Amino acid sequence: MKYTGSIAFGVLLSLATSGFAVAAESQGYTLVLQDHRYQPTELHIPADTRVKLEVINKDPSPEEFESNDFPAEKIIMPKSSATLFVGPLKAGRYHFYGDFHQPTAQGTLIVE
Amino acid sequence: MWAIALLVFREVLEAALIVSVVAAATRGVHQRGLFIGGGIALGVVGAALVAWSADWLAAAVSGAGQEVFNAGVLLAAVLMIGWHVVWMSSHGRELSRQMQAMGSAVKAGASSLVMLLAVVALAVLREGSEIVLFLFGMRAGGADHLWTGLSVGVIAGATLGYALYAGLLRIPLRHFFGATNAMLVLLAAGLASTAARYLIQADIVPALGYRLWDSSWLLANGSLPGQAAHVLVGYDAQPAGMQMLFFAATLLLLWAGARWARGRAGAAVTRNEPVGMSQPAR
Repeated sequence: MKYTGSIAFGVLLSLATSGFAVAAESQGYTLVLQDHRYQPTELHIPADTRVKLEVINKDPSPEEFESNDFPAEKIIMPKSSATLFVGPLKAGRYHFYGDFHQPTAQGTLIVE
Repeated sequence: MWAIALLVFREVLEAALIVSVVAAATRGVHQRGLFIGGGIALGVVGAALVAWSADWLAAAVSGAGQEVFNAGVLLAAVLMIGWHVVWMSSHGRELSRQMQAMGSAVKAGASSLVMLLAVVALAVLREGSEIVLFLFGMRAGGADHLWTGLSVGVIAGATLGYALYAGLLRIPLRHFFGATNAMLVLLAAGLASTAARYLIQADIVPALGYRLWDSSWLLANGSLPGQAAHVLVGYDAQPAGMQMLFFAATLLLLWAGARWARGRAGAAVTRNEPVGMSQPAR
């Protein structure tokens, strides 16, 4: 019991430090949904930075901004916008999509 | 049509897996079919209400209403599963003894059953509201075969859920409630982890390490097995530290609570029963 306790504490401590080490200012970025397509289809964001992402839905139907490459799941109601926080992410390409219109609503985050 | 069926299938499957585990965990309980059916019906009504108020919800809590709502629903389900698990720890042994003796149909305390009814309702509500919003958009866009897609998705999702239920029923009675209780605990821990994910997305809690590892190459979040593992055991290919913390805290609390309840039940048995009566009849 003693050992599991100290291991758990150690894990928590390392989690906490790794979380705060990369904490940086949130910057704002915007994606627009029109005709069930993302504009731009490739959005450039900085690496190792937490980003505030606004998704504007200009379509008359709801969409769900979602990704399997980074945690994101948010419904954007018709003719409105929603914000969510993404990252910090390592440099690379991260695919995202619109869950309700997958044939067209596809895009990529270019983290650099 | 297949795009509609696929999305509906994925949402239904998530709810169906939760309902299956709950249905198995309440095996042999008097009138549990009524409770589970009632939970599903309540969930469907709730889903329509949530979808209907989605505009309001999106704007609430300065734009974080959706995340707060989802996390709230998930954590409420965690609490209720926790209640049931602790309750079962003090009554489970007696329940499986009665079932072994009489075959089935045990009259059990209804308080814990109401909790599980709520869990079923919340699961259906959460996944169902997405289906309603999706279909609403599809209808506005004039999509064909809406109802066919919906039916195919619901039937396919429910069938897979039923397959899990049928599989669980094959667990020998001696280990049955132990196994379903363990599944409920893992389910609850997974739901807590998902709640943390929503709260991180809204920047309400810190991530404590945004991406501790990436096991997508092994089991991707978007794949069907990945999704099933996500619901059943809280699997996430790229978990954040806070998710792990929520997961571990739920496991620890439920384990400690169950142990405490079992200790109390054990003490009561040795006090009240004469020697030789506490062994189950085989």
